[in-house]
Amino acid sequence: MQIAEVPPPLEVDPARRIFGLETEFGLHVHAPHSRPVTPEEVAGHLFHSVVQWGRSSNVFLPNASRLYIDVGAHPEYATAECDTITDLIAMDKAGERIVHDLVADGEKRLREAGVDGTIYLYKNNTDSAGNSYGCHENYLLRRRADFAGFGRQLLPFLVTRQIVTGAGTITRTPEGAHYSFSPRADHMWEGMSSATTRSRPMINTRDEPHASAELYRRMHVIVGDSTMAEPTTLLKVGATDLVLRLLEARVLMPDLALAKEMQAIRDVAHDLTGTATVELADGRTMTAVEVQQSFLDTVVVHLDGIIERTEEVERILDLWQRGIDAVRSQDFSSVDTELDWAIKLRLIQRYQDRLGCALDDPRLARLELAFHDISPERGLANRLQSQGLIARVVTDDQIARAKTSPPATTRAALRGRFVQEALAAGRDFTVDWVHLKLTGNEHRTVLLKDPFRSVDDRVDLLLADLG
Amino acid sequence: MPQVNASGQPYEDDAPEPAAAPAQQASTDALDDLLDEIDGSLQTNAEQFVRSFVQKGGE
Repeated sequence: MQIAEVPPPLEVDPARRIFGLETEFGLHVHAPHSRPVTPEEVAGHLFHSVVQWGRSSNVFLPNASRLYIDVGAHPEYATAECDTITDLIAMDKAGERIVHDLVADGEKRLREAGVDGTIYLYKNNTDSAGNSYGCHENYLLRRRADFAGFGRQLLPFLVTRQIVTGAGTITRTPEGAHYSFSPRADHMWEGMSSATTRSRPMINTRDEPHASAELYRRMHVIVGDSTMAEPTTLLKVGATDLVLRLLEARVLMPDLALAKEMQAIRDVAHDLTGTATVELADGRTMTAVEVQQSFLDTVVVHLDGIIERTEEVERILDLWQRGIDAVRSQDFSSVDTELDWAIKLRLIQRYQDRLGCALDDPRLARLELAFHDISPERGLANRLQSQGLIARVVTDDQIARAKTSPPATTRAALRGRFVQEALAAGRDFTVDWVHLKLTGNEHRTVLLKDPFRSVDDRVDLLLADLG
Repeated sequence: MPQVNASGQPYEDDAPEPAAAPAQQASTDALDDLLDEIDGSLQTNAEQFVRSFVQKGGE
């Protein structure tokens, strides 16, 4: 038997980072004239075709991403490891298409089970009863000792990031309705901890790098909103990456540690004027606009130094500044084709003007759901995008390719190829983020601890066994 | 798409048409066209539709 050696970790450019996005979709069956049906039953029908080929409702796909049913019967899609934000956006959008592709068969099976209804999948963060589900961002960090200090410096950025990258939502209160920056903000209960469903922190400290633990650590951000517009995702991940690059380079950041993170994230969310102040640990007060501007200014200082000036970096910085300016000036028109909260606000206000109704009118809640509907034909974000009312970052061709092909420059390329070839050969296999194994060939389990490595002799040998 | 106004539907749009702003941008027209197209489906049993979307929390 040939033996291939475990390759040493690659020397990686510090600017290169592995990104991943995990999206939980809202699952809604509308069947007003049928028997009641639970989300669990709907999810079972929706995933029937997945179980058929994958023998499980928890699978890795030929594009190396993971698809499964999560807690609460939410279909969840976790992108494969990407080392560019463009790849990440294409993979994330491909996930919407992949999950949507399950709907027709799910509806057919539901009909056979006596439920004549329509399945809607929403890329949003709350249902009508106020339950919340997430979009988790993963950033691979080089391991350093003071992760807690690192998180503390990042929290003021994450608390205020919603004024540019929030999804926007109509918030209903006993006193009436108002528009807020982030549907997620009211569901956050801690700054940092290892909990998720019990008490949601903004940064989850669970240390699962899915890579060599001596070298890497995961920054697991769970405070963000699911975002529809590609430029919003670019800014959400891009600005966070730039701040992380400075922290990793041990740049002395302005000390903006917040006195009360939970209070601050709510105060910022519910103030569209951007003038509400947050209290810092040192007793000062600042607005969210000032906090974001301070982070952006610090990043700009290190442009052409720690941060290489690329077209993508320039686009991120430009949108970041225009987003802050829009809130500061209260003129949202400069970002209302790029930032989710502004796109949605424009849509809601236009419809509200036509209807002449109050903001808590159920027709506007219905409009909000339609915006997050991932159906390419029915979903409003998709329709606005095809009308040119939402700007693009990637092309439809890139998304179509990402549905079936993994990112080429990370470990995902190995996993994707393995899944594709094992499926084509009709072989049973087991796969997770770091392992590849053919059933009946356990002695040749391949452990992939380097997420930057896209070529590995051991995988070639494993695939040669497929004959 | 025909404009649906289901019977028993408590919402009626009897607000006056907003005055047309001068020099409408092309994107404004596209947005209005889209709203024209979906208006009927959004109005049909909106409250019942929205209320029927309940799941458990996730993560």
